[in-house]
Amino acid sequence: MTATDAPSQQPKIEWQTGLVKAIVAETSRVKSIILQPARWSGHWPGQHVDIRLTADDGYQAERSYSIASPPEERLLTLTVERVEDGEVSPYLLDELRVGDALELRGPIGRFFIWSRTCGGPICLVAGGTGITPLMAMLRHRRSSLPHIPASLIYSARSLADVVYRDELDTMARGDRNLRLAYALTREHPSGWNGHRGRVNAALLAENSFTREQNPTFFICGPAGFVEGISSMLVKLGFNPLAIRTERFGPTGA
Amino acid sequence: MDRPPVSRGFKSKRWPSEAARLPPGQYLTTDFPVLSAGPTPAIRVADWKIALQLGGSLLGKWTWDEFEALPQTTITVDIHCVTKWTKLNTVWQGVRFDDLLKTVGRSEPPDAFVMAHCDGGYTTNLPVADLVAGKAMIATRYEGLPLAPTHGGPARLLVPHLYFWKSAKWLRRLRFMPKDEPGFWESRGYHNYGDPWREQRYDGD
Ligand SMILES: Cc1cc2nc3c(=O)[nH]c(=O)nc-3n(C[C@H](O)[C@H](O)[C@H](O)COP(=O)(O)OP(=O)(O)OC[C@H]3O[C@@H](n4cnc5c(N)ncnc54)[C@H](O)[C@@H]3O)c2cc1C
Repeated sequence: MTATDAPSQQPKIEWQTGLVKAIVAETSRVKSIILQPARWSGHWPGQHVDIRLTADDGYQAERSYSIASPPEERLLTLTVERVEDGEVSPYLLDELRVGDALELRGPIGRFFIWSRTCGGPICLVAGGTGITPLMAMLRHRRSSLPHIPASLIYSARSLADVVYRDELDTMARGDRNLRLAYALTREHPSGWNGHRGRVNAALLAENSFTREQNPTFFICGPAGFVEGISSMLVKLGFNPLAIRTERFGPTGA
Repeated sequence: MDRPPVSRGFKSKRWPSEAARLPPGQYLTTDFPVLSAGPTPAIRVADWKIALQLGGSLLGKWTWDEFEALPQTTITVDIHCVTKWTKLNTVWQGVRFDDLLKTVGRSEPPDAFVMAHCDGGYTTNLPVADLVAGKAMIATRYEGLPLAPTHGGPARLLVPHLYFWKSAKWLRRLRFMPKDEPGFWESRGYHNYGDPWREQRYDGD
């Protein structure tokens, strides 16, 4: 594989403060935090920021959060899920308030990004909050590249756990180039005619374009989920080099 | 540097007793998270070979059985991933870079830099100085067991004093080069050297 970007000495990505402008409850375990960074030179969909919290005794904790907002928007949206007993996510969900300053630096990452050069079609596969960077891609597509065929396969425990559901449904309605498939792993409403259970090879095959269309895959979610999906795609005959992955959280293994 | 602002209401949940072993911005984990750019390649040891290369010429090449017959070393080290987790006291077994050089009859490394090439097209660059003197090995066992594919098996580079992406998974070839060149992550926004103690995560750090 050849490097796509010229080796360069970039300036340091400095810490800055973002002002919390709004906090939106997305589901019972997920909130979106809308930030106004002090300075922002733009980002690619798929990139993340690092967040740093400092306690009054000087202790610091850093974590990464994907950017859910598209480059077209001036404010940054992060979407955070509560990890029980976590150090940072419960703070962001329960303690952080509108008007607070949050230290961040970014944008970070130049691989798990959808840029013009990858074109399309794109097939996005999300497990839980793994939807976050993929949402930035879909929002960017809606604003700037609606002609590019795309599909989203989104695995969640139940319909109530689907983040951005209204926005996704609205997006997919009336867009012939966008396919949307939910996989509900634990609970489904009565009469649910979508996929039940985990994402399997059949669901992937049905929603992922043909090999000849040469889709680029972006898979994001817990490590085990990403591992499972990417190996299914390789078995389905897709080019491993067209499969890009981002793993959140632990493996449990 | 200015002191960072205090985050209202944030209290540390942990001052780990091992705090001194945590580089800045890292947190302790007890499980073993996975980071890679794409699918995990399925590699059979029967088809596996590893090569040491200088420019276009081959310095050495080993099949799995030949590689297993090289002198083995076991080390216990802390590892630090750029995604912020640190794992203490991990035990690895493999062949030290020094022993590989010795095996091909080199007392001195022939060039100052190395590019590691892996299955899946992944590469990473390293100064030779960071590989010699017991600093690095090609690991084939983790905690006494064959290295799992998700963690880079059958063989990965292990350079524990740098961020863990430098410890390239699914290693197939080490190539000496006279000049430094960026590898995969290094040309995609990550730091060229990656010292966790200087928090060299990203380009420009
Ligand atoms: C590039 C990148 C992008 C990310 N983007 C997002 C994002 O958009 N939204 C988001 O919510 N998170 C995201 N994460 C995960 C995030 O960085 C934190 O790891 C997560 O919020 C947990 O941090 P914590 O401090 O609350 O928990 P910790 O204190 O770090 O962990 C507490 C316990 O929970 C376990 N744990 C940690 N993470 C998870 C998890 N994800 N699921 C289940 N158990 C876990 C740990 O092993 C530990 O036992 C991203 C991670 C990376 C590397």
